[in-house]
Amino acid sequence: MAHAADIHPHAAHGHHEEVSWWRTYLFSTDHKMIAMQYMFTGMAMALIGGFFAYAFRMQQAFPGMDVPLYGLVTPNKYNVLITNHGAIMIFWVAMPVLIAAFGNYLIPLMLGCDDMVFPRINRLSYQIFLLSAVILLVSFFVPGGAFAGAWTIYPPLSSKAEYGLAPLGSSIFLVAVALEFVAFLLGGINFITTAMNSRAPGMKMYDVPIVVWMIVVASILFMASVGPLIAGAIMLFMDQQVGTAFFDPDKGGDPVLWQHLFWFFGHPEVYVVLLPALGIVAEIITTFSRKKLFAYKTVLYTVFGTGVLSFVVWAHHQFVAGIDPRMANIFTITTLLISVPIAEMLFVYIATLYGGSITLTTPMLWGLSFIAEFLIGGVTGIFLGASGSDIFLHDTYFVLAHFHYTFVPIAIIGTFAGLTFWFPKMFGRMMNETWGKIHFWITIVAFNCIFIPLFITGSAGDHRRIYNYMNFPDSAVPWLQDLRVFATYSLVVMLLAQAIFLVNFFWSIFRGEKAGKNPWRANTLEWTTESPPPHGNWPADQLPNVYRGPYEYSHPDRKEDYWPQNLPA
Amino acid sequence: MLHLIESWFGVPSSATFSADIDFVFSLIFWIVGFWFLLTEVVFFWLILRFRKRDGVPAQYITGELKSEKKWITWPHMAVLVFDVVIVVAAVRVWYHVKQELPPAVETVRVIGQQWAWSFVHPGPDGQQGTADDIATVDELHVRVNTLYHFKLEARDVLHSFSVPVFRLKQDAIPGRVITGWFEATKTGTHDIQCAEICGIGHGVMGARIVIESPAEHAAWMASRSSVSVASLASPSAVQE
Amino acid sequence: MSARPIATTRSAAGLPTGRLAVWWVVVSEIVIFGGLLASYIMHRLAHDAFAEQAAHTNTWIGAFNTLVLLTSSLSAVLAHQAAERGDGPKAARLIYATIVGAVTFLVVKGFEWTFEIQHGYTITSSTFWSFYYAAAGLHASHVVAGAIIMLFVAKDAARNQELHRVELIGIYWHFVDIVWIFLFPLLYIAK
Repeated sequence: MAHAADIHPHAAHGHHEEVSWWRTYLFSTDHKMIAMQYMFTGMAMALIGGFFAYAFRMQQAFPGMDVPLYGLVTPNKYNVLITNHGAIMIFWVAMPVLIAAFGNYLIPLMLGCDDMVFPRINRLSYQIFLLSAVILLVSFFVPGGAFAGAWTIYPPLSSKAEYGLAPLGSSIFLVAVALEFVAFLLGGINFITTAMNSRAPGMKMYDVPIVVWMIVVASILFMASVGPLIAGAIMLFMDQQVGTAFFDPDKGGDPVLWQHLFWFFGHPEVYVVLLPALGIVAEIITTFSRKKLFAYKTVLYTVFGTGVLSFVVWAHHQFVAGIDPRMANIFTITTLLISVPIAEMLFVYIATLYGGSITLTTPMLWGLSFIAEFLIGGVTGIFLGASGSDIFLHDTYFVLAHFHYTFVPIAIIGTFAGLTFWFPKMFGRMMNETWGKIHFWITIVAFNCIFIPLFITGSAGDHRRIYNYMNFPDSAVPWLQDLRVFATYSLVVMLLAQAIFLVNFFWSIFRGEKAGKNPWRANTLEWTTESPPPHGNWPADQLPNVYRGPYEYSHPDRKEDYWPQNLPA
Repeated sequence: MLHLIESWFGVPSSATFSADIDFVFSLIFWIVGFWFLLTEVVFFWLILRFRKRDGVPAQYITGELKSEKKWITWPHMAVLVFDVVIVVAAVRVWYHVKQELPPAVETVRVIGQQWAWSFVHPGPDGQQGTADDIATVDELHVRVNTLYHFKLEARDVLHSFSVPVFRLKQDAIPGRVITGWFEATKTGTHDIQCAEICGIGHGVMGARIVIESPAEHAAWMASRSSVSVASLASPSAVQE
Repeated sequence: MSARPIATTRSAAGLPTGRLAVWWVVVSEIVIFGGLLASYIMHRLAHDAFAEQAAHTNTWIGAFNTLVLLTSSLSAVLAHQAAERGDGPKAARLIYATIVGAVTFLVVKGFEWTFEIQHGYTITSSTFWSFYYAAAGLHASHVVAGAIIMLFVAKDAARNQELHRVELIGIYWHFVDIVWIFLFPLLYIAK
């Protein structure tokens, strides 16, 4: 790859060992290379997850017909596809790309460090992650097939082979998820410790770029929430393989216990992936409006508030699940309360635009569209958090459209925003702006064309995880089926449009216009070193010191409209 | 305005409380829709208004001054106020549907299993659990304007009893009997669905609810009087 | 590339990096065990049959093992003190003593479980026993992991190398101890 020469160690550590190809690319401990490994693995898994969505949507739109490039989607295959689409997108795309890839790449650079504090544990965390991805893919090839009980893995369907019909696949799925958790626990320790301890001299807590704060808080949220689910996964695995009855009502167990363990993690998890995306957007909108982030401290406090509140909303996923109905009222209150700090954060981002000097580069288009689209996801959450309306909307496509209006901005818009923004730093070249914009517009329009119809079909009663709506007379009506078909065609368009991005991305790595250190004229520390940065990021004796915050754009005392953090005056 | 699910999305409102649930949905829709549109309009206006123009630098605004903060604080308060309104509306409806249990005229048993619904109706004597009970598979017959309790069971995995025209939903948990209620207000035949993934047959686990007048219901009972409840003893017998 | 990054030597939070990291490991482990134990407690409160089964655990063995673990935590503390004074060989000896405690704990548990299984109290006998073996088993796996890590730390300490790691493994070991302090009353005393 074009940047190979820059990864070889320079005088950074005072020695000139020739590093083998293996150590450079496959077994590197350099945070930037590990970031790339996570990024490319995540992108590959996204292609698989996206293909699964194509297959099951085609079955919905044209029931019983062979899907081109896939074949017939039987009822079992349908359940396998939706289950693994969900699991892959959350655990093997959103998390590795937003947290592990951007976190690994940006945190040491933005803090003025030469690497993460534990480079070998960093490498280990990627290796465990890769193993978890491989194990998940293996589950498709075992007798009985892959797990088909939805990404939420509710027992007894998931715990008893006679109900779920995929005993081997179900256990392998659990092992893959558990290993993924271990990988991120290890990675999280690196991020948190590096951020707490290794800031550049002079960098106070309020001088840390928001994206670093976000990724660190996300790591803390993850570590504090995943424990009960790891315990639950051990218990479920034992139910599957050993014959215990933690979740088996026939022998004294309780299926709802699993739901609590799952969602106690599951809800903070969505904020775990949201926060990094919000951080990426903050870096982008400040840079391309040439404006200081509005009320930095408010952003921080809303992040902390959201993080804390995220631990007490989980049972809104279980309103009709058989929990004590009185509990539902408590969770309605907490769930609607959590809309307050998130709304505040979005208002702060919007306020940042006021008085700006905005250029609509490709990264800025992605960053702004995050705000516009995530707003839809946020407000539609209200319908679901309100217990009274959730009675109707639970398990309908309204839920699905809601969480895609949150997850797609997070995992897709956020990723493209970050990739187009930091591409010059990562690869030393610029991506093509024209093709970037074309890719943006097609993706955004197609995205809305998929999910607005699904809000409608959900409100009209379409339930989730149904492989053929023609089986239900009230659902088998032409206008609803037209919407399902339209959504499916839009998905095909959106998937095909990603080819534009892939071509632009890989072509630009080799042939893009060369980028300097700071093509966007931004303030944060990563823009003060070479593009791409060498091993060690800066020469060992030239690690930057910090003199101000990260968003000093358009300061009245300064001729330039930006003021890098590392300049003494 | 307040019955959007019926008027815009075409789902009939056939229970006493379906209108209440529709009200919550519609209330949220208008409140949230207004603020959502306002925010998006402000957002797009700001992008247009503050496009880069030659010679016009951006402003240096920290957002820490009170005069600046108020632009966040006021909308923030508005969100809180409207959240409270929505919470009150939602909790009232939830309480009515899920916590109250008005006295029943009749009780039906609803049993979910892989992959069908079976129902036990009280029969002409109006009592559940007697010899003249009527068992059916995939068809629930109820009288209009009659308050029913349902006793919901699951034989194997989690299922969920969903009646869209009632806006009703309740998960069925193996090992438990969960009680709920409904009162139909309009006659008609509509879908019952399973709303919790339960295996490969989840997508064929539909049933029908037949809401009929007292006369129609009596006629149906008379036509079914030969089927006994003994056939419900084993699951395999029901899976016909 | 094997040199420690400069980043590792910084200390903006006032704590050495290694110690900071071990505390975060402990935090994540607390939540794992917390989830398991919370599930156990909820189950126990909801099912009286639990208490009946709990009567069959052997409180004396549990108490003996508690004593063993507490003593091993003491030797871990003394090892840390020796390391602070720069006395690597002494710290190593005290770590080996801690490992002896760990092994004793595991051997006793081995006998305890063998006895219980032979008397029909297996992991599938009832949900109490499922929790019993799961919780104690998860704890025991952490004892094993701790003992293995201590071997490596002791080897280095004996040569006066990486003495700061004596404190780090000590922190982890105290955590393992504290988990047992919670398990012991839940599994052995509350009958």
